[in-house]
Amino acid sequence: MAEPVLETQHLTMRFGGVVAVDNVTFTLRRGELRCLIGPNGAGKSTFFKCLTGLLTPSEGHVLMQGEETTGWAPHRVAALGVGIKTQVPNVMDGLSVQENIWLAARRFLPSTQADAKTREVIERLALGQIARTALGRLAHGERQQVELGFVAASDPWLVLLDEPAAGMTAGEVARMSEVIHELNRTAAVVIVEHDMQFIRSIASRVTVFHQGAILIEDDVETVMSDPHVRNIYLGKKA
Amino acid sequence: MQGSAGKDVITTLIVAAVLVWALPLMVGTYTLTVLAIYAMLGLSLGLIWGFGGILCFGQAAFFGLGAYTYAIAAINTGESTLPMILAVMVPGVFAALLGAMMFYGRLGDVYLGVITLVVTLILFKFINSTAGPQYTIGNARLGGYNGIPGFPTLNVPGRTDLSIWGDGLYYFCAAALLLVYFGVTWLLRSPFGRVAVGIRENETRMSLIGYDVRIRKTVMFATGAAIAGLAGALFANWGAIVTPGLFSLSQSAEIIIWCIVGGLGTRFGPLLGAAGLGYLKFLLGQQSMINNTMLMGLILVLFVLFLPRGVVPAAMSVWRASVGRPRRAGRAGAVRRNRRKDRVDG
Ligand SMILES: Nc1ncnc2c1ncn2[C@@H]1O[C@H](COP(=O)(O)OP(=O)(O)OP(=O)(O)O)[C@@H](O)[C@H]1O
Ligand SMILES: [Mg+2]
Repeated sequence: MAEPVLETQHLTMRFGGVVAVDNVTFTLRRGELRCLIGPNGAGKSTFFKCLTGLLTPSEGHVLMQGEETTGWAPHRVAALGVGIKTQVPNVMDGLSVQENIWLAARRFLPSTQADAKTREVIERLALGQIARTALGRLAHGERQQVELGFVAASDPWLVLLDEPAAGMTAGEVARMSEVIHELNRTAAVVIVEHDMQFIRSIASRVTVFHQGAILIEDDVETVMSDPHVRNIYLGKKA
Repeated sequence: MQGSAGKDVITTLIVAAVLVWALPLMVGTYTLTVLAIYAMLGLSLGLIWGFGGILCFGQAAFFGLGAYTYAIAAINTGESTLPMILAVMVPGVFAALLGAMMFYGRLGDVYLGVITLVVTLILFKFINSTAGPQYTIGNARLGGYNGIPGFPTLNVPGRTDLSIWGDGLYYFCAAALLLVYFGVTWLLRSPFGRVAVGIRENETRMSLIGYDVRIRKTVMFATGAAIAGLAGALFANWGAIVTPGLFSLSQSAEIIIWCIVGGLGTRFGPLLGAAGLGYLKFLLGQQSMINNTMLMGLILVLFVLFLPRGVVPAAMSVWRASVGRPRRAGRAGAVRRNRRKDRVDG
């Protein structure tokens, strides 16, 4: 088995009386592409925020490539080589697509190489038509593509995507899953998603969150046919 | 890129040279000198607010600190070169410490405004209360509300017998303003400046990309303070006296108004706003019919209501609409529709 790139041990996040993440022990290995699913409010985004440093967990540990990163600020986590997309769109609205992606590329590269990287990412994501348009003027799907561009521009070894395909057209989703597969060649990937079609098209292994804890972790088909999962999740959704 | 930057430099130089030569034909150099100083002060806030997203209610504190540092150091050294350098360094370092405290403490924008405002007030109160003879730094008496008069003004470096005053001071200030303007331009085109603009747009995203926002905002804040300090030192030379009024809240408020009226997010806007409103104030000072403060307030209200982006951005839009390329239309609506779909958690 490949070595773990991301581990959590007994990770817990409380908001007052609410236990949003409850004693989660999770392992992701090199080369894996994992989907996190679960009903609304299951704690998926909160779990992600504990990994990326947007929240400091109440208890437990986060390890990245064996290094303890619990409580690190987001910029330190990102600087390790972790590509992050949050659930709410997080872009520089006043700046062009090109400038947005350049800023991500420049973090890890000198200026001229960052220019080249920016061109490469724009081509790869087929954003050439809108390269000079400000993000604030773009449609939702295009903005999400740019967020994926941030991730692609930083050559990460770990990618955390919170609902990357939400609200996108079928064509956009197809391109998105292509890019995710490409990223997966060099990085381990965790994706939070609701869209079953999309999950089937990309992931082999799925982790189900329920009330802050891991309910089940198995391959897609087993999870989909699990009566408990169908009951708490699919039954309500589909 | 390189070519267009070179062209910009030459255009700016030509425009500046024409202005520096032509303006004295219409307005006295004594007035023009202080307008150039105001322009520099406006630019200092325009940099950190318009490009760094840091709204400082106490830019006057750094201006006053620069002026006082100059006066005190000039009295003690008897010349002007070292005092000029100190007048840039002291506010810069002071702002770096204050900024580090605020940005590493993750204070929100509102608290940042409050703290910078309170710091200005404290400095004002403190300087105002130093009238007694026990308040001295070296040979310099702080003088309280009387201020510090009679310090050595600018001289050619190394030649205390050759002083720079009158028209000479005007050209000196104009050159200093031009240098600062080029410096700001260079900074904004550098990776540091581009990252700073990214931070203005979305701090969270920039940290998720891997940038340490805190140190960058601290550096930006200190840079703005250093420029304000330089303006303060020049102002001390122009007035030949420094008084606690430099630290006043009304001075801070005025700088903010200059930026809003001229246009945030441009380099030229705050500069123009400062010089324009400064000149207006000068004209109003020659009569007693209209109250100056009230007029400033009225101008601010009118701008916020009818030209919220300021003169320069508005002029640029008009220019683009009439001669520029057509922009991608029909997108703003799409964005607005999508915004509503965005979740608010996270
Ligand atoms: N900052 C916060 N303060 C208080 N409670 C919070 C906070 N953030 C999340 N929660 C609560 O934690 C729980 C988990 O929320 P989270 O956003 O992680 O769910 P999720 O699985 O991502 O849901 P969704 O699928 O809707 O995105 C919810 O009950 C939510 O109300
Ligand atoms: Mg979520």
